[in-house]
Amino acid sequence: MSTSTVESVRVRTIAIIGNPNSGKTTLFNALTRLRQKVGNYPGVTVEKKEGRITFHDGSEASLLDLPGTYSLTANSPDEKIATDILLGRTAHTTAPDSVICVVDASNLERNLYLVSQIIDSHLPVVVALNMIDIANSEGIKIDFNALQQQLGVPVIPTIASRKMGIDELKKTIETTPKSNGVVRKWSVPEVFARECDELIDLLKNYHKVSEPLAFHEALDLLTTQTPSPHQLDRFSYELMEHVKKDHRRLDFLGIDRQSVVIEARYKWINNVCAIAVTQTKHADMSLSDKIDRVLTHKVWGFVFFFALMTVIFQSIFTWAILPMELIGDGFDLLGQQITRVMPEGDLRDLIVNGALAGVAAVVTFLPQILFLFLFLGLLEDTGYMARAAFIMDRAMSKVGLHGKSFIPLLSSFACAIPGIMATRTIESPKDRLVTMLVAPLMSCSARLPIYTLMIAAFIPSTSLFGILSLPALTMLSMYLLGLTAALTMAWLLKKTLLKSAPPVFIMELPRYKLPSAKTILLKMWERARLFLREAGTIILGVSIVLWFLATYPRLENGTASEQINQSFAGRAGHLIEPLIRPLGFDWKIGIGLIGSILQREVFVSTMGTIYNIKNADEESGTLSLKEQMQNDKDPVTGKPTFTVLTAICLMVYYVLAMQCLSTVAVMRRETNGWKWPLFQFGYMTMLAYSVTFLVFRVGLWIGGGA
Amino acid sequence: MAWVHEMNEVSLSELLPGEKGTVERISHAAATVRQRLMEMGVVRGIQVQLIRFAPLGDPIEVRVGGYRLSLRRNEAQAVLVTKDVT
Repeated sequence: MSTSTVESVRVRTIAIIGNPNSGKTTLFNALTRLRQKVGNYPGVTVEKKEGRITFHDGSEASLLDLPGTYSLTANSPDEKIATDILLGRTAHTTAPDSVICVVDASNLERNLYLVSQIIDSHLPVVVALNMIDIANSEGIKIDFNALQQQLGVPVIPTIASRKMGIDELKKTIETTPKSNGVVRKWSVPEVFARECDELIDLLKNYHKVSEPLAFHEALDLLTTQTPSPHQLDRFSYELMEHVKKDHRRLDFLGIDRQSVVIEARYKWINNVCAIAVTQTKHADMSLSDKIDRVLTHKVWGFVFFFALMTVIFQSIFTWAILPMELIGDGFDLLGQQITRVMPEGDLRDLIVNGALAGVAAVVTFLPQILFLFLFLGLLEDTGYMARAAFIMDRAMSKVGLHGKSFIPLLSSFACAIPGIMATRTIESPKDRLVTMLVAPLMSCSARLPIYTLMIAAFIPSTSLFGILSLPALTMLSMYLLGLTAALTMAWLLKKTLLKSAPPVFIMELPRYKLPSAKTILLKMWERARLFLREAGTIILGVSIVLWFLATYPRLENGTASEQINQSFAGRAGHLIEPLIRPLGFDWKIGIGLIGSILQREVFVSTMGTIYNIKNADEESGTLSLKEQMQNDKDPVTGKPTFTVLTAICLMVYYVLAMQCLSTVAVMRRETNGWKWPLFQFGYMTMLAYSVTFLVFRVGLWIGGGA
Repeated sequence: MAWVHEMNEVSLSELLPGEKGTVERISHAAATVRQRLMEMGVVRGIQVQLIRFAPLGDPIEVRVGGYRLSLRRNEAQAVLVTKDVT
């Protein structure tokens, strides 16, 4: 339980809602002055952002940043939460005391649709008419008083990015009455209105639905094509039968139930705009258009896209490596200090090799997560992210996915953790799940140490056709294998287990804008914090268990190699040997596999321990790990333990297997349970095992048993 | 040439870049797509303009009132428009 439980006086809650790209989050940041916390709504992985707002008289209220939505018809989990909270439909929250509805002034028509729905809820609403500077520059003049009069609720012009209008907005929220009391101004055919009223009465009298909610539910019931699970759940059989009859009657009269209300609202909106808005000039080509002519161009669009991705990856690899090494060195130093200060014993060993190693394993991921979210934040905040999805959608649709799946998958080449965290933008839950399930197949940077070791030791550095070096080609093949596996699995999952219609691709292409440093830094900080807290605790526990397995039972005196051989982990390595023999692996690799469940690169250090390499202590005279592995012979057959084929098999295994507990922990968090991370771990291990087996057999057949 | 066919009803996916049209109706093919499009302002009587195709030919970018919407051709097929004669 992390939330505070003491709440004697109920704090007033204000919800802030608006279309995506309306500047909602910027306004939220300006109102709360960064006094906010991020969590999850119970039971779903929708981000809950809550902040504090202080009024002029010193009183405070809680401000809730609801997910961006175009309407109160829930199309995605995010939108469902926004709607449920706003209408007080969730079990754990009541409806907010008042609502700020953020509206993009340069795109008033579409934004007013949501406003009209919220006004109908009778909640006290203040409209924040945001981005008036942009509207002005596009020749849109809005008469605020006329708009306020037409809507019947207060309208405050704001420019959230420059903190303009914030005080007026606060003052107005402070004084909004309990209910907006606006009489509905849009009209539907009389027969429809009559059925609607009848339904409202039934809902209020027999289902204890409150007045504004009853109106919303009645509209939903009348306009729906097939009843939703929520409706079947909540309302009686009799009511649903009544609704069915209404449907038949209205259909018979030729009333298009689905469009009648939407069109009525838009008709009203058109009237409002005709009165309050004047378009002084028609900008023939906006700046966004000019940019898009290049960035979504057939040739230049792709050139820019791939150049950008290359720059991002290059910088993650070059910039993130340095802090990662520094963190690693820092933890080594800390370990040495503790070793010096503490008396020798199990406790010291536990702290240094168990707890500290676990903490280090988590913290070393931080630079990558921060860098990736810096870039993702930039892409998102400038408006380019939507273009990336626009460009890549066709290619992604080939495997049944959405254009929005591309960036998370690409990010996973650096690290699957931020990749999985970045899938939150995907609306369809099933498509999001498929993307998360295949993301760890992309070759992340943690696999590099293994590839490098194996290639350096066993792949001859000759070149093919004079130009392609064999080691580079091997490396490339591993990346391609991961990519192919990810796309194939995505296609397969979409066809079978997570079968669903091809995702609907209806996406706004927002105007380009300058990114806000505050928004991006906040996002980076939130992501890093969530990762440390959620993954940190699980990994700390597991690394202590792994330490225990590698340390006990204790050997009185012996080398580290003998110790690990004799430990539970070593015994487990021997135990699983028959299981991994078909892959060409022996018990030493078995220990490596078990040890690196925490984190892939641990394999390299485990091998070092097994082969008795002490990095700094001994200098010349000892062979490097690479040479030790090359010289190692099977005591029974006398053949080398490692061959080119074993090396390839090992790499293939690591491409496909889920040897990363941080990813498992993040999956548990993002899917809210153990089911999917366990499934993922299972299918990836099985895939790795069968493909490696196949490679080994084919390799033996080609090489004649080498 | 355009005056030859006055009731020039075509689907949104058949417009060429730069061409404008007025939305007549959205076919009932997929209820959720229809609802979503209408709620995002693609309603009867609104003027739309095809801006461009994505580099790989799909999806398409359309101007709807004051903003830009992208959708797959498959979804755009359900939107029937009368081509504006200019």
